[in-house]
Amino acid sequence: MRHTGFRRTFVAIGVCSSLALAASACGSGDGDTASGKTRITVNCEPPKSAKVDRRFFDDDTAAFEKQNPDIDVVAHDAFPCQDPKTFGAKLAGGQMEDVFYTYFTDARHVVDINQAADLTPYLKELKSYDTIQKQLRDIYTVDGKVYGIPRTGYSMGLIYNRKLFQKAGLDPDKPPATWEEVRADAKKIAALGDGTVGYADYSAQNQGGWHFTAELYSQGGDVVGADGKAGVDTPEGHAVLQNLHDMRWTDDSMGSKQLLIINDVQQMMGSGKLGMYLSAPDNIPILVKEKGGDYKDLALAPMPGGKGTLIGGDGYMFNKRDTPAQIRAGLKWLDHMFLTPGKGFLGDYARAKKNDAPVGLPEPRLFTGAADAKDQQVKKANANVPVKNYQAFLDGNQQLQMKIEPPDAQQIYSVLDSVVSAVLTKKDADIDQLLKEASAKIDSIPRS
Amino acid sequence: MTKTAERRPIADAAVHPVPAPPPAGGRRRRRLLDQACAYAFLLGGLVCFALFSWYPAIRAVVIAFQKYTPGSKPQWVGTANFTRVLHDPEFGAAWRNTLTFTLLALLVGFAVPFLLALVLNELRHAKAFFRVVVYLPVMIPPVVSALLWKWFYDPGAGLANETLRFLHLPTSNWSNGTDTALISLVIVATWANMGGTVLIYLAALQSIPGELYEAAELDGANLLQRVRHVTVPQTRFVILMLMLLQIIATMQVFTEPFVITGGGPESATVTVLYLIYKYAFLYNDFGGACALSVMLLVLLGAFSALYLRLTRTEGDTA
Repeated sequence: MRHTGFRRTFVAIGVCSSLALAASACGSGDGDTASGKTRITVNCEPPKSAKVDRRFFDDDTAAFEKQNPDIDVVAHDAFPCQDPKTFGAKLAGGQMEDVFYTYFTDARHVVDINQAADLTPYLKELKSYDTIQKQLRDIYTVDGKVYGIPRTGYSMGLIYNRKLFQKAGLDPDKPPATWEEVRADAKKIAALGDGTVGYADYSAQNQGGWHFTAELYSQGGDVVGADGKAGVDTPEGHAVLQNLHDMRWTDDSMGSKQLLIINDVQQMMGSGKLGMYLSAPDNIPILVKEKGGDYKDLALAPMPGGKGTLIGGDGYMFNKRDTPAQIRAGLKWLDHMFLTPGKGFLGDYARAKKNDAPVGLPEPRLFTGAADAKDQQVKKANANVPVKNYQAFLDGNQQLQMKIEPPDAQQIYSVLDSVVSAVLTKKDADIDQLLKEASAKIDSIPRS
Repeated sequence: MTKTAERRPIADAAVHPVPAPPPAGGRRRRRLLDQACAYAFLLGGLVCFALFSWYPAIRAVVIAFQKYTPGSKPQWVGTANFTRVLHDPEFGAAWRNTLTFTLLALLVGFAVPFLLALVLNELRHAKAFFRVVVYLPVMIPPVVSALLWKWFYDPGAGLANETLRFLHLPTSNWSNGTDTALISLVIVATWANMGGTVLIYLAALQSIPGELYEAAELDGANLLQRVRHVTVPQTRFVILMLMLLQIIATMQVFTEPFVITGGGPESATVTVLYLIYKYAFLYNDFGGACALSVMLLVLLGAFSALYLRLTRTEGDTA
């Protein structure tokens, strides 16, 4: 048999591949480069498809590196910044960046599984920390120790279509402040016909449970009380469901299509066929850029009910494997990128305006006191969206109690999703029975 | 064949002198070396299978008995994950929905493609065109077809109800009703997947010898009798195989409930796979998700064993 040399080639390729794999496996995790610089990996760099945002992020990071020649920032792009499907796996596999993005709802979990570095000893070096709203700082504070730095904060309100309000004979400058007013206005808007829906709400993929929670907060209720027991089988919980039931079946102001999720409702609002829905201000640019809406038609009111609102947001946490030098470098980078009023990736309103990005939305709102005043002033000076459309939200939000999502939120939302979908798809839904069953189910969820 | 193989060396020897056979040990070494190449080729596939199929499957079984939170050290918890999952209020609903869906999908998913195949088999003209038409939905990505049907099922202005109104027929709540949601999903699944099944049935039908039909006709059998006494017995094996494969596939239904109904209304369309998804990616409870997966694996394993047994039996009798 003639030798083709194949076996030798195969062995050579195998050995080379193994060496390459071994080399790449050993090559990560070292915070200091050979040049003596402190290297940090960070995530949530905007993807290449978001050209403008990517340029802002990279320019700001480059400026930071210029100011801090001893720090090397390696940014990893991701969209969305935190994907629930990979977040846990990355943490488990030790692949998480040195400074990593989290939603508010992740904070407690990351600390519980001991994957976050304690930032408390380093905070005195971060002067801007105290300028952040306390209720946002508290989200990343566990047992008196600080494990993360908030980046943005949002609260839920009522987005409404001014054009439809006018058409229906309503005053677009006087959005509904109570759930009774929401119901009355929704009925008038739905009466316009041609498939127009007065008020829409989610009822699938756990999103119905999420909005039920927000509506319950707005009525002064709580899905889980201080004693850890379910708080849905209460007059407030009853009021939320009764209102949805009456709008859907008595007034027929919620349309016939239910089991909606966020994308469905955004499509309806963007196409001008929906009067109102609950949302944080960050939905407005999506409605305009992706769903065909117009800034001048879209306005924002505070959460109806006047008692409370659901807040959300995001921030950065630090990998527990970080060295002290990396933590210091990461905090400096966060300060430069996000924590200087009127400056940085999210705060350089002049640059955003120049690049036709929306400036003037009421949130995200991160700071408090003088820093907030400065941030708002720069924002107002560069606003390119109709700021007056959001004044009601800004004024009304001050009176509301800000509440974050409950622990074990998704399990609770799953239970409440069924309740909301029952009310919206069944005319004869027994609200008392639904709430009683939901309460028992929530109480049976094992607490994490 | 054996005889030809025996003769060939003699014929070859007449043309080319055959070298003396090497000693037995050398021959074995040569054969081993020759096969090493084949094994080397096989190794890549085996490594890929081991890494991406077998290892995750074994790991899932292990995690089913552990408290596993990404990022922390797993702890053995015995059957606690199974107990927790069994006490989930949605557990019963998920299995009930999955089994109902499978049963309905089997009935509708067998009858419709089989009838279509029968009709296509009888066509004299435009056969190829209709085959393409029937197969077309298979080429649409599953999520796209689910989104299309979500719009069709809008109880207000959806295509389904508009068509019923046009025909002066009563309308339905479709995916929005607890009673109708599951069957609505069965219709979507049947529509999206029947193309391949129709073609397999068609191939089986075309393999039936024409003489059998001629004989049946001579005996005075009508169309239904010909189907019952000739077509069904001749395609029995294919029908059985496809049914078993369909059971295995439909018990893993996920896309339709995820996209069209989100498990609602009132958990009416939560399936086992959708519940696994919720455990893993919404509740971050990988132990629970794996426990549920193991339960599904056992059931599907039983069906697969039955499938293998049937295939082997048929192979032996063939």
